[in-house]
Amino acid sequence: MDEVAATPTSPSLSLPIAWRIATVLEIIVETPRVRTLVLDVPGWPGHRAGQHVDVRLTAEDGYQTERSYSIASAPESVHLSLTIERLEDGEVSSYLVDVLQVGDKLELRGPIGGHFAWSISDGGPLMLVGGGSGIVPLMAMLRQRTFASADVRRAIPARLLYSSRSWAELIYRDELARLAAADDTLQVTHTITREPPSGWQGFHRRIDAAMLAELVWPPSTRPHLFVCGPTSLVEMVAEGLVALGHEPTSVRTERFGPTGAAP
Amino acid sequence: MTSPISRGFRGRRPDTGIAMKLPPGQYETHEFPVLSAGPTPRTPLDRWSFTLAGTDGNKASWSWTEFEALPHETITRDIHCVTKWSKFDTVWTGVSVDAIIEAGAAKGVRPAQFIVAACDGGYTTNLPLADVTGGKAWVAVGFDGKPLHPEHGGPARLLVPHLYFWKSAKWVREIHFRDHDEPGFWEGLGYHMRGDPWKEQRYTGDE
Repeated sequence: MDEVAATPTSPSLSLPIAWRIATVLEIIVETPRVRTLVLDVPGWPGHRAGQHVDVRLTAEDGYQTERSYSIASAPESVHLSLTIERLEDGEVSSYLVDVLQVGDKLELRGPIGGHFAWSISDGGPLMLVGGGSGIVPLMAMLRQRTFASADVRRAIPARLLYSSRSWAELIYRDELARLAAADDTLQVTHTITREPPSGWQGFHRRIDAAMLAELVWPPSTRPHLFVCGPTSLVEMVAEGLVALGHEPTSVRTERFGPTGAAP
Repeated sequence: MTSPISRGFRGRRPDTGIAMKLPPGQYETHEFPVLSAGPTPRTPLDRWSFTLAGTDGNKASWSWTEFEALPHETITRDIHCVTKWSKFDTVWTGVSVDAIIEAGAAKGVRPAQFIVAACDGGYTTNLPLADVTGGKAWVAVGFDGKPLHPEHGGPARLLVPHLYFWKSAKWVREIHFRDHDEPGFWEGLGYHMRGDPWKEQRYTGDE
């Protein structure tokens, strides 16, 4: 192996990431178990699509607990949005989905994560593969892309392959349909793994090598590859992309949510 | 700044015994989550080697068979990931970094104050020598009595349980001694240079 190179820390990263108090402005019901929290965060320093925040809850007796959530909103958006899936037995997610109300305060800090992030200036083509709540950071990337001109979007085509258990659990379903309908440089492909809607003509199985071969641009186009979701999906897709000839270092992965079965 | 009370949040407090073992901001998991920045490298054992490199260019290398001949031990430790999960009483088998340094000294490799661990796939992380010596670190080849699975860093990973688990570099292949502390992969992207979970040193500038 080559001699290990030093990675200098950029000056802008040396500031402490401060805890901030956000106010919940709006709560959007995305699916039965998923909510988007639209937040006012005074002093928010900005972020890149793909990054996340740490959220900290404090009970009256001082007990605290923290979790991380991907930022759903584009950097250009006025307010910060987080999309939260209520996990079975989730201590924090059940509070954020079932208890939190408009007007409540939420303590958070960020943005965090410098690897699983994309800006329009990074270029494309942009290939996004997600499963379940893994769509959240990918949606921030697609939302940022809408702020670019038609010329820029034509130069940076994007494709999303999104795996969900059912039509009802497909997060951002309507917005994705609108984005794809309005933009012929964006292609959205769904696969529903369990209960497809009646008359469904699309993919009805977990993401596999054949699906990737059909939908992913060839390695020669050097696409930016982002994969996010449960570990089994990410593992399969990352391996599949490498098997198709993509450079391993060009495949960026983020795994979260419950480990175990993919959607 | 005192944290605001989260209206209506009751939380699920761990019992006292567990609470004492949890660093600030962590919660206990019984799973073993897999997190990584990219695809899982898979290096066959007949192509695997481990190298210790000094600041003067001296190197010592071990093939898999030679590495297996180094003294192994089994240890049980709690581990803490910066993404907030902690897992207690994890059982590992491996060679202590102390033993590797001793074996390297016999081949002319002298330690320095810092190390950079380099891995298949390009991952790196940095540590002070003091954090990997004195029985604090291992190159682990087994988990829970079985060979370490590639998803969890196999064939071998660095294991430094007293620091956040990003320092326990998966797929480790080389340890380079350095005279200065040089940020590795996550450290260069905003994560803390040292990463002590008991001081909640998650990100650059924390504490």
